[in-house]
Amino acid sequence: MGDLFAFERVTLDFNGVTALQEVTARLPGGGLSVVAGASGSGKSSLLRLCNRLEVPSGGVVRFRATDLSTLDPLQLRKRVGMVFQRPAVFPGTVRDNLLVAKGDAGDTELADVLEQAELGTAFLSRTGDDLSGGEAQRVCLARTLICHPEVLLMDEPTSSLHRAASLALEKTVVSLHRDHGVDVVWVTHDLGQIERLAEYLLVLSSGHPVYEGDPSTDEARRSLASLTGDGAT
Amino acid sequence: MGQGDVGALGLVTSLLLVGVAIVVSLTQQLRLEKSLIWSTVRAFVQLIVMGFVLAWLLEPGRSLTYSWLWVAGMVVFAAWTVRGRAPEIPGLFSIALVALAVATVVTLGVIFGLRVFPMEARAIVPLGGMMIGNSLGGTVVAARRVADELADKRPEVEARLALGQSSREAGRPYVRSAIRTALTPRIESTKAVGLVFLPGAMTGLILAGVDPVDAVLVQAAIMYLILGTVATTSVVIGLGSLRLLFTPDHRLRRLARRTD
Repeated sequence: MGDLFAFERVTLDFNGVTALQEVTARLPGGGLSVVAGASGSGKSSLLRLCNRLEVPSGGVVRFRATDLSTLDPLQLRKRVGMVFQRPAVFPGTVRDNLLVAKGDAGDTELADVLEQAELGTAFLSRTGDDLSGGEAQRVCLARTLICHPEVLLMDEPTSSLHRAASLALEKTVVSLHRDHGVDVVWVTHDLGQIERLAEYLLVLSSGHPVYEGDPSTDEARRSLASLTGDGAT
Repeated sequence: MGQGDVGALGLVTSLLLVGVAIVVSLTQQLRLEKSLIWSTVRAFVQLIVMGFVLAWLLEPGRSLTYSWLWVAGMVVFAAWTVRGRAPEIPGLFSIALVALAVATVVTLGVIFGLRVFPMEARAIVPLGGMMIGNSLGGTVVAARRVADELADKRPEVEARLALGQSSREAGRPYVRSAIRTALTPRIESTKAVGLVFLPGAMTGLILAGVDPVDAVLVQAAIMYLILGTVATTSVVIGLGSLRLLFTPDHRLRRLARRTD
């Protein structure tokens, strides 16, 4: 399987801070990759490079071997969907939210996508204020899925959820990956989550990759153990 | 008195309410006293200077070029003020300058083209000031609100961008809200005209002995031009700010927080 994303000597600076320093790494296609690291390690910045919410100050990011800078960002973002750390539900109902993503979606499509996110059609008429944190995050997932992305970027999507909601969202995304063939890149610093989800692991520390590959090796465990000392959970 | 002659006593008396406001600010710890004093002193100095300049401009035989230069100066100063009130928006000065200049030229062109007032120094400078001054309030609010909305709602805006929306689409709800905020005071004051207050131009004309109906028609024309100018410049600044706050590849720029 070829690379889903490849980072070639990628540097990312903003506001005088270097978030990533000459990172060379890869995330393979066809799997569920986890990008791990302590707070401030650059893992979310790396993810934001993948759909061009950030552009590198130096180096090249490739998506399926194509230089990202040569792709239309709007088309790319429909192919590479993203779910953020904090659910940002737009004003209006869940239906309104889904229609922001795809204005011509019919009722069947809305129902399908809610089912994929494990929400019922009863949610269509509910507003953001009526949703729990877990439900709001699922609405954001459904809103992303309605664009039929090839890839899901999950930026610490369970960090504000309680454990049950967190495990349920993980299960939903794993099902999407297995049953619908959606590639997933999941950013987290939760060691339990890494163990449950990672088929491929990239560990960052202070803007540098310190491990990439099989998550079950001793070296992977050592790189993750160092995270605990940095305050990772 | 009674002939537009205020005198020192009248001027001091008019400051009584400002003094009350300063006392209220101090006792309630609103921290507005410095701004109140500064704006009062500054307005006085500016008006005195303006009085001398107007007296010079109105001297018989003085070329109208100086009046137009004065208006041009007001446009530049207003654009600079807009830029200063929303410094986090890069390149705002140019857009504000063009918007205010075009709006001023068009409105003064209508006023003098239709002979609402004769094109002379005593009309060019005050009317130019009226158009630019009213636009300034709207444009400052529009620019600041757009920047504030996009900074406050950054997660929502980025969620929209991540769905493949263009920067224009992603920013539209926030710009709409900002422009509405900028225009509401002008719309409300236009609605209240004649019921709550009698506007200055009309009052001045009536005091000068012009037939009240003629004065009303002149005021209506000026009021519509002001409303149109404020609306146009606010929309241009709102949409222009939106364009400036995103990169050409549809990313929201990082916005520094204002300290005020």
